[in-house]
Amino acid sequence: MSFLSMSKMVLRKLFSAPVTERYPFVPKVHPVGARGKVNIEIEKCIFCGICQRRCPTTAIIVTKEPKVWEIDRLRCISCNLCVDVCPKKCLALDTQYSPCCVGPQKDSYHA
Amino acid sequence: MSKRTIIPFGPQHPVLPEPIHLDLVIEDEKVIEAIPSIGFIHRGLEKLVEKKDFIDYVFVAERICGICSFIHGMTYCIAMEELLKLEVPSRAQYLRVIWSELSRIHSHLLWLGLTADAFGFENLFMQSWQIREQILDIIEETTGGRVIFGSCKVGGVRRDISAEKLQEILKKLRSYRNQWTEIGGIFLNDTTVKHRLQGVGKLSMEQAKTLGAVGPMLRGSGVAMDIRMTGYSGYNKLGFTPVVETAGDCYSRCKVRIRELDQSLQLIETCVTQMTEGPLEAKVVGFPNGEFFARSEQPRGEAIYYAKANGTKFLQRLRVRTPTFANLPPLLTALAGCQLADVPVIVLTIDPCISCAER
Repeated sequence: MSFLSMSKMVLRKLFSAPVTERYPFVPKVHPVGARGKVNIEIEKCIFCGICQRRCPTTAIIVTKEPKVWEIDRLRCISCNLCVDVCPKKCLALDTQYSPCCVGPQKDSYHA
Repeated sequence: MSKRTIIPFGPQHPVLPEPIHLDLVIEDEKVIEAIPSIGFIHRGLEKLVEKKDFIDYVFVAERICGICSFIHGMTYCIAMEELLKLEVPSRAQYLRVIWSELSRIHSHLLWLGLTADAFGFENLFMQSWQIREQILDIIEETTGGRVIFGSCKVGGVRRDISAEKLQEILKKLRSYRNQWTEIGGIFLNDTTVKHRLQGVGKLSMEQAKTLGAVGPMLRGSGVAMDIRMTGYSGYNKLGFTPVVETAGDCYSRCKVRIRELDQSLQLIETCVTQMTEGPLEAKVVGFPNGEFFARSEQPRGEAIYYAKANGTKFLQRLRVRTPTFANLPPLLTALAGCQLADVPVIVLTIDPCISCAER
């Protein structure tokens, strides 16, 4: 028979610091290697379009003339595939997510 | 005979965030029969295999379920590797086992929390999820995602874990083991918890076999059956024996899951000691051709992937049988004859994942 078996744990928690993070006041730090939003160094990009062809959600659109690299942030699933296939290594995943948005969010980068 | 009434349970219900609808035929407070209806969140993911090529579909397979995501992706990869006749490198197999077992630990802790919540033990629920959160942090550090791992690919894995990191993970997991042993003790020894679980939702060994129960539901009824015994993805090298309990009630299913937490940690420890340096993936050459059934053990039970390919980059057919779907007939049997107040607890002991079941 065991009653109040949690009391020891509850008392310990009562006098210890909270385990939750005070999120909006203390910014969340993601570990190195976390998959957040895709960043591009547009000056290195050669607009080959491999990332567009490999993107599983067709979030990336690359146009050669004029030279534009576009990404739909809401379609992107941060799968890292574009980063893996980029021949110039100009793509990289940030550890932070892209900020919240209320409508379609297309980011365009011009060379 | 008293009057029979039908009480609807779900698709929206406080204990169950996922939509399953049960019509409970009750007499006084006793459930006579439960009539299920599913199909509220069918997403057509199996059909999508005709639109996404076989390499991209890994990402879709992972999204079939939000909790056993990695094992879904892995089972799909196993099927593709068999069709492509690829040999997965041993380090990749060990890493797959480590991530599978991490997802099993986090899924079982999630289940423990939800069950505590179902019988009204809020504090225990929070303690379970506190440990789970730390497991999710380990997963984020090693794969980059908290829920969708995205680290499995056809032919191997996409990321490596360094030796120092593995030792650090083991050290962390050993300290979490003390925490989950403490809350496990409350689940198994506390009088109030026992009152809600013992002798509730009985499923005999015979019933579990004939109705095709899988996972902890089957092992809780005394059947030593676990797909990890077949030795897929390197489980054959780890000396695996399934956890079995014989009572067949909610308490024994709970006990199976608590004991599996320790077992998962043990498997990870064995993996870390046996692992050697080596390549992470085998190069994919050509397109899949033929048919294959891949089976794997998820936290909820056995998942089956049937794939049929015709030598092009799109598969012809993919069929997924998830553990929750297999556990529905045993659930209905377990529900018959129980008290109305016990219904949420019994429904939870199959660890329902309806998004999985309807895909």
